Amino acid sequence: MARAALSGRLTWQLAEVVDVLTETPRVKTIAFDVADWVGHRAGQHVDVRLTAEDGYQAERSYSIASAPNGTRLDLTVVRIADGEVSPYLADELKPGDRIELRGPVGGYFVWEPPQGGPLLLVAGGSGIAPLMAMIRLRAAAGSDVDTRLLFSSHGWDDIIYREELERLNGNGLTVVHTLTSSQPPDWTGYARLVDAEMLAEVGPSPAERPRVYVCGPTPFAEAVSEALVHLGHAPRGIKTERFGPTGG
Amino acid sequence: MDKLMLDGNAVAGLLQELFAAEMTSAIGSCATCGATEPVGAIHVYRGAGIVLRCPHCDNTLAAIVRDERRVWITFQGIRALELAI
Repeated sequence: MARAALSGRLTWQLAEVVDVLTETPRVKTIAFDVADWVGHRAGQHVDVRLTAEDGYQAERSYSIASAPNGTRLDLTVVRIADGEVSPYLADELKPGDRIELRGPVGGYFVWEPPQGGPLLLVAGGSGIAPLMAMIRLRAAAGSDVDTRLLFSSHGWDDIIYREELERLNGNGLTVVHTLTSSQPPDWTGYARLVDAEMLAEVGPSPAERPRVYVCGPTPFAEAVSEALVHLGHAPRGIKTERFGPTGG
Repeated sequence: MDKLMLDGNAVAGLLQELFAAEMTSAIGSCATCGATEPVGAIHVYRGAGIVLRCPHCDNTLAAIVRDERRVWITFQGIRALELAI
């Protein structure tokens, strides 16, 4: 199945909304059923295409947030107020609606349990989505591979998948949050942008040769990968997926 | 650093559409500095077209421009591409 997803011509497919979940005030997860879905690997994404009545089309890429699960896949969407695509996805879609998507695409920013670890996952905001697919796959596969997630969010209420991450924490998975804009009164965790000192404390050390996956807005991904190299992590072991400030 | 910079993952769908193969794990070598990187790690800039640049020396590796019916591609700065078959 995974092999089939590696190559071949892409075709647009109809995806039917089966569920819409509110993750945070600005973020929703939309669960789709795609009848002919070939399966995906954790970290891959899809291209979504919307067509207006006048024929105008807008395309965006969204990481798949769910672990491989038959014909179902979850996309987590941040509502960008003046975006062309995200307000429609986040506000208008309801179960039974259908949109066009194609995929899965990508094969570089991918992790599967046989690749092992240790793993260091560093997420900025909605950059958690492809890393969540890896965390969910790890849990579904019963893997106890040493995995550290360092997750940067603006505030407590902005933490995407917060309760699920609390449940999954343990059994080799360590979840560490940093809240960069506002913190609850009793907050004792990190309260600043991700830096080298924080990455060194969260670990694993460069000597353990972790597989590192960094996903977030471009300035976040650049700062984190530079700090990791500064700490002595091998550039080849760091995989980065950047997304832009616009689009939405 | 350019905030608008993306990476090869952002054009995975377009590249697969053009080449009918998963391209982000293909290894490209830069004709200017000789560095080799997976396409997923290459820097990507989107404007009227898409420009792929070497993350080590900033050389233009390739450029892609498309309209509704055609696509133009240059590979001016790529020495070789290695794909799994």
